[in-house]
Amino acid sequence: MARYLLTRAWQSALTLLLSTIVVFFGVRALPGDPALALAGEDRSPEALEAIRRHYGLDQPLPVQFAQYVERMVQGDFGVSIRTGTPVSSMLTTALPVTVELSVLAILLATALGVGAGVLAAVRRGRPAEWVANGMALIGLSVPHFWLGLLAILYLSVATGLFPASGFVPILEDPVDNLHHIVLPAVILGTGLAAIIMRQTRSAMLDSLSSDYVRTAKAKGLRPRAVITQHALRNSLIVVVTVVGLQLGGLISGAVVTEQIFGLPGFGKMTIDAVFQRDYPVIQAVVLLTATAYIVINFLVDLLYSVIDPRIRVTGDPA
Amino acid sequence: MTVLTVPMAETGAASITRRTRVLRRLRRNPLAVVSFVVLALAAAIALLSPWIAPYSVDQTDFARTFAPPGTPGHLLGTDDLGRDVLSRIMLGARASLQVGLLAVATSLVIGVPLGLAAGYFRAWDAVISRFTDLLLAFPFLIMAVGLAAIRGASLGNAAVAIGIAQIPGVIRVVRSDTLRLKSLDFVAAAVVDGASDLWVLARHILPNATSVILVQATVAIPAAILGEAVLSFLGLGIQPPSPSLGTMLATAQQFAARAPWAAVLPGVVIMGLALAFNVFGDALRDALDPKGDRR
Repeated sequence: MARYLLTRAWQSALTLLLSTIVVFFGVRALPGDPALALAGEDRSPEALEAIRRHYGLDQPLPVQFAQYVERMVQGDFGVSIRTGTPVSSMLTTALPVTVELSVLAILLATALGVGAGVLAAVRRGRPAEWVANGMALIGLSVPHFWLGLLAILYLSVATGLFPASGFVPILEDPVDNLHHIVLPAVILGTGLAAIIMRQTRSAMLDSLSSDYVRTAKAKGLRPRAVITQHALRNSLIVVVTVVGLQLGGLISGAVVTEQIFGLPGFGKMTIDAVFQRDYPVIQAVVLLTATAYIVINFLVDLLYSVIDPRIRVTGDPA
Repeated sequence: MTVLTVPMAETGAASITRRTRVLRRLRRNPLAVVSFVVLALAAAIALLSPWIAPYSVDQTDFARTFAPPGTPGHLLGTDDLGRDVLSRIMLGARASLQVGLLAVATSLVIGVPLGLAAGYFRAWDAVISRFTDLLLAFPFLIMAVGLAAIRGASLGNAAVAIGIAQIPGVIRVVRSDTLRLKSLDFVAAAVVDGASDLWVLARHILPNATSVILVQATVAIPAAILGEAVLSFLGLGIQPPSPSLGTMLATAQQFAARAPWAAVLPGVVIMGLALAFNVFGDALRDALDPKGDRR
């Protein structure tokens, strides 16, 4: 167990280092003088000189990289070229929106996906399975931003059931907050739900045909208990893996969903930054996404060993 | 059944019977047939669209903007500049398929050799796994954002960003199939026979791994098509005035109250294309599954 965790921790740290290097050189591949980009409005020679000194742009590359990492660790992502606001404070306002949206979407997707997946596996070859399979296929194939557009058009604008855009912080008014975020979260969750459903279904089919489920049935356990306590418990690991691996897709999805529903989150910040060529913001966004992905997938690995005790013993995910 | 068919797939006669069996299973599956016909039609329309589209994609008609579907001369109506929606959808679908194929080609060209190497050479596995982790850490949209910042937004850059993001999936699938094949007797026989590693990989492992690669490609294409639509919708993909289903939806969003149909049609086409690929991919996977007859 300790060895397994250590290996995973070391691998995650290495990936983190590599992605920082990629971003570091990626930033240097950007067209234009970085000092000019960082300077923002004040582009006098003295200001540029000061920036070069402050950011160590006159130093050799390895030194620059070390200083770069130091600044990032301290949360200094520079200043937005367009607004002059520190990128870190932009993140502080944008991140809670995205985190709330993503968490809600994951919860919805897991409930829907696991439910439908179990149903499809248990009701094998019956109409319930066909419906669940068909819905999952459509969920995989539908462009979610388009679904969002239609939802705004036919649910928000036409009926006024949901607000078409905007956001209210959860601390300000929790009910209004939920009212604004529930539709985007449902839209964002559908794609993930489809993927979770398909994985759950195939994992459940495997467990249901296994010996231990036959044994459980044979000793007279109620079907419900067999499904939830035996088959589903062993399929859970698949669900956890899928959620971890789909995190990248979820972040991409959140960017688009925020753009459509006008949520002032991480995604909107990203897209605005690209169009305004706001390099410090782009850099922070890319680095932060990579870090989040690596850290969360490390946590997912920790979760494995909680769900599946075999991993604690053999140190190898089944 | 499983144990017997796989090694036999290596000899010529057996692989022919296997192919006919897979094709027979596909032909008997109505979903496979329907999705294949839809894809063939879409491919034909996409290939011929520059010649069969009723109008030029740039041809504006300011006297007839926002014509609803069914307007004489404009079967699917016109957009905000009076351009023919049917023509733009045809050319847009062509672009979608182009990006889909380009992205998948990118991921296969890089991912297949890496997957083979990771599965066959133990020493390479750790290095390639870190590379995969690294790629996974940058979601396709973030990758596209970075590429657009460095090299500008275009169809090619969008396809490359999507393709790079799909590499880990290819590596994973090819690696695990290589691991499986490597442990089979016919590979051991070839090694004993004095075959070089490259020969074993090229002649014995790769041909037997084609079915999983094929399935992976079939599910990667619709993902790439959706990815292109997203990127173009956000302005990070195909640039106007070039037609793209994603940019059509972005424009439609601005005029959704006046012309709601414009926000529906391109989405239906994207979904139809992706659905056809996904359904066909599922059918292909079932048909290739050695356990398929039992299920």
